[in-house]
Amino acid sequence: MEGTNFSRYKAKKMRMLAYHWSEAKKHKVLYLFLLPFALVFGAFVLAPVGISIFFSFTYFNVLEPARFIGFQNYLNLFLADDVFLIALRNTLILAVITGPIGYICAFLFAWFINELPRYIRAFVTLVFYAPTISGAAFLVWALIFTGDEMGYLNAILIRFGIIQEPQLWLTNPDFMMPVIIVVVLWMSLGAGFLAFIAGLSTIDETLYEAGLMDGVKNRWQELWFITLPNMQGMLMFGAVMAIMASFAVGQVTQDLAGFPSTDYAVHTIVNHLVDYGAIRFEMGYASAIATILFVTMIYTKILVGKFISRIGT
Amino acid sequence: MTKVMGKTSLRQGEITQRAKRKRVNRNVRRPNRSLSGDIFIVFLLCVFGFFFAFPLIFAINHAFKPMNELFMFPPRLFVINPTMNNLSDLFILMSRSWVTFSRYVFNTVFITFVGTVGHLMVASMGAYAVSKYTFPGSKAFFNLVIITLMFSGFVTAIPNFLILAQLGWIDTFWAVIIPSFAFPMGFFLLKQFIDTVPMSLVESAKIDGAGEWRIYTRIVMPLVKPAMLTAMIFSVQGLWNNPQANLIYTEQLKTLPFALQQIVGSPHTPNIARAGVGAAVAMVMMIVPIILFIVAQSNILSTMANSGIKE
Repeated sequence: MEGTNFSRYKAKKMRMLAYHWSEAKKHKVLYLFLLPFALVFGAFVLAPVGISIFFSFTYFNVLEPARFIGFQNYLNLFLADDVFLIALRNTLILAVITGPIGYICAFLFAWFINELPRYIRAFVTLVFYAPTISGAAFLVWALIFTGDEMGYLNAILIRFGIIQEPQLWLTNPDFMMPVIIVVVLWMSLGAGFLAFIAGLSTIDETLYEAGLMDGVKNRWQELWFITLPNMQGMLMFGAVMAIMASFAVGQVTQDLAGFPSTDYAVHTIVNHLVDYGAIRFEMGYASAIATILFVTMIYTKILVGKFISRIGT
Repeated sequence: MTKVMGKTSLRQGEITQRAKRKRVNRNVRRPNRSLSGDIFIVFLLCVFGFFFAFPLIFAINHAFKPMNELFMFPPRLFVINPTMNNLSDLFILMSRSWVTFSRYVFNTVFITFVGTVGHLMVASMGAYAVSKYTFPGSKAFFNLVIITLMFSGFVTAIPNFLILAQLGWIDTFWAVIIPSFAFPMGFFLLKQFIDTVPMSLVESAKIDGAGEWRIYTRIVMPLVKPAMLTAMIFSVQGLWNNPQANLIYTEQLKTLPFALQQIVGSPHTPNIARAGVGAAVAMVMMIVPIILFIVAQSNILSTMANSGIKE
């Protein structure tokens, strides 16, 4: 019984293989199209990621050869590293808040800007993209949130009598998380935003005319029934960019709130990773942290993808 | 009345249709737009615009501040006595360096240009194949590209260095240029846009006797021009200030950001005595990406090329 089942399974597998082979031969030219990208991608993106995941199962201090230690890094992360759990919590809070809000803002602003005439639109896009194009631009927030009475925010709030004494926005654990959320949101008009701008211009204009005939009354109906269903691809792209940006917050917290921040109040996974990788030279451990972040992001992407495919239906 | 108008209204319909086309091209008011809504949008964009333009305004003002204003306490956003000294100091400094300034500019422009052109070609070819056809491995490959996008770049820096060292590319332009070809974000973006090109268009071209290469260059590429321009912005932005250029340490081959960093320090390790020059550098380094950005953005137009084709 088992033997026949197995042979049937084997025959089926062989048939599938033969089918795939013939399919592959039929599409020979397409493999040639893909080849240059696949080669470079394999060597400089895929291989480094693979090697990093391998390192996560080793003790690797960058100087000595890596030593295989199985799941020890992962066990230590969850059972022996209190700070990691804080970092995980902070990262999830940041991602859950800044991810969706940043994503929706990016789309709405792109949609609003798309209404403007050509050259004005290009300029306004630049203005809104400025936080991303001008490198470490978020450092200007340090001026606003300075803890003495000369900091912009403190000065304004004191002048209007809302607070009596200057607040330590960047060192008081009560304020740090909201401050970082504001800064991250401010930076969220990035790659996804530009993709939306480009995507809005590729939508077939005749669809809007057809919509007008069918009785679409205002711009919001137009958005929901015509624009969004025709932008599924860009919405997915924007979502992946938003996931990347909201889970990988690290530079901002490090530069604004200090490294480490007070009581680890805004210590994120990326901060934790840089701590172990660049300061303690425990690259194996850092790789394990990166791998956990990676898996979290993949699951989020799958979840978000399911949600996006329902838009407009 | 309507009976009489019967014939002419058809004509008129045609004319309004044409007028509508023109209107769309010139980006004048579309139907379904209320005036109050338009005003609200302009108002919203103005309010938030200042908020987002803050770093640009700051960088430009900072570059023209004299020394006493740069270190003024409390700090001011706008410059009071603008000076050109920072910029002229920068040019004097650069004209004195033993590797000429133009050499650094050439290095940066060369890396950015070759990297971007290569990336756009390689990524769009791959994206075309994966997007328009399903063949064994195509879906898996695409998923792999998206997934690897999410892995922390900090950790992969070491394996990346080891691979480049094995290839012997450390301290050459190729260490920066070749890896940038496979920038996964550009591939992902282009694939999503090529998905919107109707397959019927590809098939009808094939019936007319066009090969894959011809379809790719003549039909698909012009239709995804907005995506190509956007991918170009990402690529230029990534390469112009590419941190991976620290794998190049021969002085004559260094890129502009790293050459300038030696003079003024990085944002994290500023050189106090040259804070003015540093502010000028921050502004000068933004000029090229910003010009390219504006040119690219103003060329993102409704192509209307795929209107009238229904799946």
